[in-house]
Amino acid sequence: MYSAKVMDHFMNPRNVGEIEHADGIGEVGNPVCGDIMHIEIKVQDNVIDDIKFKTFGCAAAIATSSMVTEMVKGKTLEEAEKVTNRLVAEALDGLPPQKMHCSNLAADALHQAIQDYLSKSRSAE
Amino acid sequence: MVKVYLDHSATTPMHEEVLKAMNPYFVDRFGNPSSIYLLGQEARQAVEHARSQVADLINCSAGEIIFTAGGTEADNHALIGYALANKDKGRHIIVSSIEHHAVLETAEFLAKQGFDLTLLPVDNQGTVHPDYLKEAMRPDTILVSIMHGNNEVGTIQPIQELAEIAHQGGAVFHTDAVQTVGKIPVDVKDLNVDMLSLSGHKIYGPKGIGSLYVRKGTRVASFMHGGGQERRRRAGTENVPGIVGLGCAAEIARQEMAQEAKRLQHLAEKLIKGILQSIPDTYLTGHPHNRIPGHVSVCFKYVEGESILLMLDHMGVMASSGSACTSGSLEPSHVLLAMGYPHEIAHGSLRLTLGKSNTEEQVDYVLEVLPPIIERLRAMSPLMK
Ligand SMILES: Cc1ncc(COP(=O)(O)O)c(C=O)c1O
Ligand code: FES
Repeated sequence: MYSAKVMDHFMNPRNVGEIEHADGIGEVGNPVCGDIMHIEIKVQDNVIDDIKFKTFGCAAAIATSSMVTEMVKGKTLEEAEKVTNRLVAEALDGLPPQKMHCSNLAADALHQAIQDYLSKSRSAE
Repeated sequence: MVKVYLDHSATTPMHEEVLKAMNPYFVDRFGNPSSIYLLGQEARQAVEHARSQVADLINCSAGEIIFTAGGTEADNHALIGYALANKDKGRHIIVSSIEHHAVLETAEFLAKQGFDLTLLPVDNQGTVHPDYLKEAMRPDTILVSIMHGNNEVGTIQPIQELAEIAHQGGAVFHTDAVQTVGKIPVDVKDLNVDMLSLSGHKIYGPKGIGSLYVRKGTRVASFMHGGGQERRRRAGTENVPGIVGLGCAAEIARQEMAQEAKRLQHLAEKLIKGILQSIPDTYLTGHPHNRIPGHVSVCFKYVEGESILLMLDHMGVMASSGSACTSGSLEPSHVLLAMGYPHEIAHGSLRLTLGKSNTEEQVDYVLEVLPPIIERLRAMSPLMK
């Protein structure tokens, strides 16, 4: 049911964990099935220097989390904001139709972490 | 690679003897049981022999067995057939909230057709207390359907007492015994039920064949209309090989059940104990003792079932889960919810159901590979602090 890429990211997820003194944190819950995804980012000169995730969910949720961290690590915030759930799903060679909603989680948590960073840095100024 | 099949409640491999018994009825003895020449009559005899084999397993007479295309059809036949034939007596139907979808959705279908439906609650071990039924009974209750053994959590219901209450209130009692027939003694007289469903592929028989027991004198409308097969109750040329296979599987189950149940119970106890001891924050779901032999169901906090299944599969272990993400409908198991488990705990459900092929070494293997899998997933979980 899953592509080889999904299985690879599920069995060997990249960037699992937390960041000490993260600059931005995003956490979203999935209203469809009740899963939760948590992303933390470290930002240096407008670039995502480090990113870690923790996910409570199915294999698609874990694989999309892993993929999204890989896609944006080392990218500027503007580039990272352009990542959509469609792009994450495509990078994983597709997801089964009933699992498309899981990829929303990854993109949403990332965007939330970026927003969190931006609002924190604005209030610091 | 190691292969450990631990999903016997989903389906079982066919017994070699069953395959042997079925084989002649595909090509050599292909006759239609309704034909009058010898070829047809041989098939008729085979069907009737199988009918008595099934009847013997549940202690009824052969004339009380209707062959169906599986457990789902038997459940549909029982509920729809009885409701339609007896709607002049009343329109109230009671089923438990932890029934298999084959009963639940059929009852909901009837509710849409104008019947009144009550869903009975269960306690946190999945038991339907006789008191719950007593309270729900009404003068216009015509039918009560409560499953014998639950497929998801293994709990066995006090059917005798429940049937007694239904009868006192003037209703008939149906039980879905798909998960208990062939595993524990199921005697329709002893249980005092009026209708009972069973299925071939859960007892090392073929898929797509089952039976409905209907107590003599119980009025049930025909389910299939057409020819006069199954005494007009279920039209359609008989699935002769399937019926022969079911009969053979029933016979083997009758002979082997007592010993096999003991063996499975021992293995399941070892598995349950091992899991609870080695993995913290884990719940056994269902009744601790009153459960189907070989049935293990647990919930692990902080992790999700589909992930557990895929990692187990990677290690050669085949199992199932009631998690929302595995369900297709993206709803967690209605059984666990009815038992009062919150969504996030139902999420971490795992069911391991043992059967003939399983050995003590396999149980040891599962106890070796499962704890690190849960640990790995928990390390990834934001719920784990
Ligand atoms: C309790 C119960 N009832 C009914 C069924 C349906 O039986 P079948 O697969 O033969 O249609 C099953 C099996 O899935 C079951 O576990
Ligand atoms: S997170 Fe629940 S289906 Fe994917």
